[in-house]
Amino acid sequence: MKKKYLTVACVVFIAGITHAQKLFSTKTGQISFYAGTPLEDVRAINNETDSKMLQKNGQIIFSVLVKGFVFANALMQDHFNENYMESTKFPKADFKGFITNINAVDFDKDGIYNISAGGDLTIHGITQKVNLNGTLEVKGDNIILLSKFKIALKDFDVTGNYIGTKIAPEVEITVNCKYE
Amino acid sequence: MKKILPFVAFFTLAVRGYCQKNAITDTTDLFKMMDKEDQKPDKSKTDYVTSTFKTTRLINGQSSENLGKGVLDVKISHRFGTLNSGAYQLFGLDNATNRIGVDYGIFNTLMVGVGRSSFEKQFDAFGKLKILRQSTGRINMPVSVSYYSSVMLKTLKGTDSAKTHFSDKLFFAQQLIIARKFNDYLSLQVVPTLVHYNIVPFHNMPNDLYSIGFGGRLRLSRRVNLTAEYYYQLPGHSLPGYYNSFSVGIDIETGGHVFQFNISNSTGMTERTFITQTTDKWSDGGIHFGFNISRVFTVVKPRQFNAKW
Repeated sequence: MKKKYLTVACVVFIAGITHAQKLFSTKTGQISFYAGTPLEDVRAINNETDSKMLQKNGQIIFSVLVKGFVFANALMQDHFNENYMESTKFPKADFKGFITNINAVDFDKDGIYNISAGGDLTIHGITQKVNLNGTLEVKGDNIILLSKFKIALKDFDVTGNYIGTKIAPEVEITVNCKYE
Repeated sequence: MKKILPFVAFFTLAVRGYCQKNAITDTTDLFKMMDKEDQKPDKSKTDYVTSTFKTTRLINGQSSENLGKGVLDVKISHRFGTLNSGAYQLFGLDNATNRIGVDYGIFNTLMVGVGRSSFEKQFDAFGKLKILRQSTGRINMPVSVSYYSSVMLKTLKGTDSAKTHFSDKLFFAQQLIIARKFNDYLSLQVVPTLVHYNIVPFHNMPNDLYSIGFGGRLRLSRRVNLTAEYYYQLPGHSLPGYYNSFSVGIDIETGGHVFQFNISNSTGMTERTFITQTTDKWSDGGIHFGFNISRVFTVVKPRQFNAKW
């Protein structure tokens, strides 16, 4: 009898920890951007985005190595790192924020939920407050976050000769992260 | 029962310990977690140094850079006559030798190239392999090391009546390119070199000519770099009447092009011709103006681009 109690207590104890507060995380999230113009197809992709999200309050972070963005054109990638993003000086870009309507997401029920988030976006060493919209798809134990938003390069002090001609002054950023 | 109690207790503690590793409590703060992670150097990833030099060539010689996989680079180079040839020759601009070449990156670590120089109607082919890459993080590597090997074929028809074989017109060069990018502004390289002549003019001359190259890049602005290159021929390893090659250049980047302007006492653009057969001296004004134009094309896109956007 005693043994049974112990076992039950143990299971409840373990379950209590693991279930109520879930931390979703990924190290292989995808962030891509497009800053192209009719003159030049400027786009790059990074498949090593580090992101974590807390279920209880919607706290969410993204962190990405600027050098990890891959371009089709190697010379463009070089210019991106050396001239525009100064990736040796500012190796990381990140976002710290909260999903404001996390309560609208039912993590026990599969489906696609519209979400919005607010927080601090840091690129090129400059931090700006941003509000973003996207969707959160619950699929069993996994969740998939999609978001598309635009930022202005001048807000992050990214300058260069070709911004406005070959490079669009506004960059469209796409986030596609599958959490476990 | 008494026997099993310690086991249960241990099991509970073990699970608790495991859970605490990923522990999420009411006070879990991802922002703090992230700040903590940012503070300690990331040892899980290797951060490879990129763009030690701006193109695969420093001036006349190779740099430690390779083309990326699937990148094609068309290079057109000119070297003019000497400045001391006077106004009649427009300070050398009336005379020009050129090399037209195509390089291609097979892997990120291996590139090959072919070219044709107007000087002695010479063809050349080479391969360049990255052995070590300068990096920090998980792998700490202070320098990049590449191995370069080339073969040159002189096709100028001989004027003397002596019978020559095909192999007599072949020359080979082997280089080990050791480079380090010190910061965003300064990169240096040292290049031990062996140039082999299948046949030399006189029997008392060595067929294997050893030399050491020194080169560097200094960043002047976002798009402009100052470069310099010097090849020192070891004593007893130079052919008579030839001098060490010294060149100074400016690299200008514009979009998909890199323009390299240079002045040098060499006119050759392959290892045989500029390292071992430089006929002019800086001190006599035997300086040549020259330029390289490089245009890169992406033939095969990186695999990340195969996925849908």
